[in-house]
Amino acid sequence: MFRFIIKRLLEAIPTLLALVTLSFFLMHFAPGSPFTSERGVPAAVMANLQAKYHMNESLMNQYFYYLWDLLHGNLGYSFRFTDFTINQLVAQSFPVSAEIGFWSFLVAITFGVLCGVFAALRQNSWLDYAVMSFANVGMVLPNFVIAPLCILFFSIQHHWLPAGGWNGGAWPFLIMPVIAMSTSYIAQIARITRGSMIETMHSNFIRTARAKGLPKSRIIIRHALRPAMLPVVSYLGPAFVGIVTGSVVVDQFFGTGGIGQHFVNGAINRDYSMVMGITILIGTLTILFNAIVDILYVFIDPKIRY
Amino acid sequence: MKNTKTLLASAILAASFGAMQVHAADVPAGVKLAKEQVLAKGGEGEPATLDPQKIQGTPGSLRARDLFEGLYSEGKDGKLVPGVAKDYTVNKDNTVYTFNLRHDAKWSDGTPVTAEDFVYGFQRLVNPQTASVYSWYAALAGVKNAQNIIDGKDKVSSLGVKALDKYTFQVTLDHSVPYFVKMTVNSSLFPAPKKTIEKWGEAWTKPGHLVSNGAYKLDKWIVNEKMVLVRNHDYWNDKKTVINQVTVLPIKDASVEFSRYQAGDLDITSNSGIPTNRYKSLLKSTPKEVKVSPALATYYYDFNNQKPPFNDVRVRKALSYAIDRTIITKYVTGVGEIPAYSFTPPDVDGFKAKEPAYEKWTQAERNKKAQALLKEAGYDKSHPLSFNLLYNTDENHKKIAIAIASMWKTTLGVNAKLENQEWKTFLDTRNLGNFGVSRDGWFGDYNEASTFLDLFKSTNTSNNAHYKSAAYDKLMAQAAKANDPAPFYQKAEDLVIDQDMAVAPIYQYTTKRLLKTYVGGYKPNLEDNLYTRDMYIIAH
Repeated sequence: MFRFIIKRLLEAIPTLLALVTLSFFLMHFAPGSPFTSERGVPAAVMANLQAKYHMNESLMNQYFYYLWDLLHGNLGYSFRFTDFTINQLVAQSFPVSAEIGFWSFLVAITFGVLCGVFAALRQNSWLDYAVMSFANVGMVLPNFVIAPLCILFFSIQHHWLPAGGWNGGAWPFLIMPVIAMSTSYIAQIARITRGSMIETMHSNFIRTARAKGLPKSRIIIRHALRPAMLPVVSYLGPAFVGIVTGSVVVDQFFGTGGIGQHFVNGAINRDYSMVMGITILIGTLTILFNAIVDILYVFIDPKIRY
Repeated sequence: MKNTKTLLASAILAASFGAMQVHAADVPAGVKLAKEQVLAKGGEGEPATLDPQKIQGTPGSLRARDLFEGLYSEGKDGKLVPGVAKDYTVNKDNTVYTFNLRHDAKWSDGTPVTAEDFVYGFQRLVNPQTASVYSWYAALAGVKNAQNIIDGKDKVSSLGVKALDKYTFQVTLDHSVPYFVKMTVNSSLFPAPKKTIEKWGEAWTKPGHLVSNGAYKLDKWIVNEKMVLVRNHDYWNDKKTVINQVTVLPIKDASVEFSRYQAGDLDITSNSGIPTNRYKSLLKSTPKEVKVSPALATYYYDFNNQKPPFNDVRVRKALSYAIDRTIITKYVTGVGEIPAYSFTPPDVDGFKAKEPAYEKWTQAERNKKAQALLKEAGYDKSHPLSFNLLYNTDENHKKIAIAIASMWKTTLGVNAKLENQEWKTFLDTRNLGNFGVSRDGWFGDYNEASTFLDLFKSTNTSNNAHYKSAAYDKLMAQAAKANDPAPFYQKAEDLVIDQDMAVAPIYQYTTKRLLKTYVGGYKPNLEDNLYTRDMYIIAH
């Protein structure tokens, strides 16, 4: 197990390097530059601006500068928010997205698994159809529809919740972002759980357990749930990364100040260092959580050994 | 000595400014103020910086007006209001301006605002080390040697600014700029706190570091969530300031801003805070909250004047004439925009462009003329004119482009293929001149016609239409030296639009905002230079 973890960590280094290299050059090849503006910038000013970001040097040199800074944990100055470094902006915005993501994740797993199991145990009944139709609606409804509907209902019509803002993560500010963020995940998890649960319930060991006369609740909780969770867990790894790195829609509608908005606007504004910084963050988290999922497998499925 | 004489000669002129009103919340008698004086306003997105010398857009200047104060501010209807300057004198040629600063102006750390702070601010703006993308503003204002310093050819200390004593600041210009004082309203010409900047470097604008001289100081800045400004009790006119705290929400999207306004999170939206599709219903439901007024800005299409077929004036005129501006403003944009036939908006101070000939014609007459001109240029049904119409990705620009392309198709049989590009790609394409016709817009930097007409000088880097005319350059040079530039501006307008149709003006922008009825002291002006220190919350 220990060797497995070390191996996965070592594998992460070339993967991250490839990611950094590819995104660095792709970003620089996009038309326009961070300094492209409606008004022409005087040459001497441009030269100083470029020097600040090493952009007066060859692309290869810029790349090595970037790697060097990166090795020192320095993600550079933002091109868009010139008063801030990327480290500062990430430190400010990532905790916000992580908190929304964490709660959304808990809500998604709880409701997703419950709905999936419930539907699977009543397969092809009207309850199954009702739950799954609901899940389908959740999947098709994008969060840019859910978010304004929530605001309209909870904030404008009933004044129950604040329409936006973060206020350090006070719970009234969390509810609507969590709803908007988790709906599609609930739906997705419910569908995966249902399919996998139905398959497990039809497998031989469950049939044996039934034949032995074990009570249904025990069969489900002790014997069916664990193997049925395997596909869900493999989905949860990347889903977790997606959910904690925020969503531009949630950030924009609720003005939470999360990291999702930085990522998308970074690309639009050609904020090279911002896009690179967040890509590296997402890349690292993806690698990390995929490894965690692999380790979790060992605990869920005794057949797996590393 | 000579200078003293000219100063004396112009003292009468200055005296009239000295007697003007000052900026403050003038609460009418009988108005009961709310207990809690907290204002939440829309911030038009997040600023790139709070450094006054580096600010380059509305989000930055909107916050800078509350945090800092320059020599003069802008009041209701564009009237100049003294800021740190009590008054000023100017020599006969409008080349030497001497500002008398008030002795009670202070930074938020309690130190006095002195002439040296202005010298430092001006020098910082042009210093290539500062790398301010707004440095050109000092050259535009005519400050002596600004351009040479920006270009790295001269020392920063050679800039035409001087502290005659602690409270007397003098600016020398390299040519006559009669409207120089109006230009000091812009944040790039604000004073700068030298000690703070030297102590913190780039990080001086952070909460806890930022020292400001305006009615408010920076308390919190949480990017993409909010900025909180609190009352600066060291501000010289703090006694007459009413609002204690300002929360600025950096919302860019009009529909999101609208929902936050409806939910009561905002008391005043940004100047684009009314979603187009809500305007009519809002006029019916809450007419008192809808504030629409003309803005100092023109929406227009650039013709690439250097590229065939747009190097032919007949083609440019035909395309411009065939645009039915009334339909665009009435049915496509529909929030009170004003059809534009001249480039300079009619409300600009000191100059009202005469109607160009084609403005007086009916649309049917314009269309007829357009058809004849295009035929003359060699295009007809068997040989139709085809080109790409470039615009940056945006729902409004798209609607306008569809409408105009269909007008061109119906009237002239022209095939205009719509091409949208995201912002930076679009700017790159347009700056490089890789287009036939492109969407454009210009917001005046100060309330004077040259901020519009300078655009078509052949050396202007924002001359996206690549219009080049020696006669035009000459007219603008004459206007800069004239005591009354209006006749030259008129000739320039006639030349660039009526005669050459370098661009097709389409409409004059409007400021469209929602304002709760309990917010008092709203003083709209063309440039939308609003100051929270003028406002107050009425008990409600």
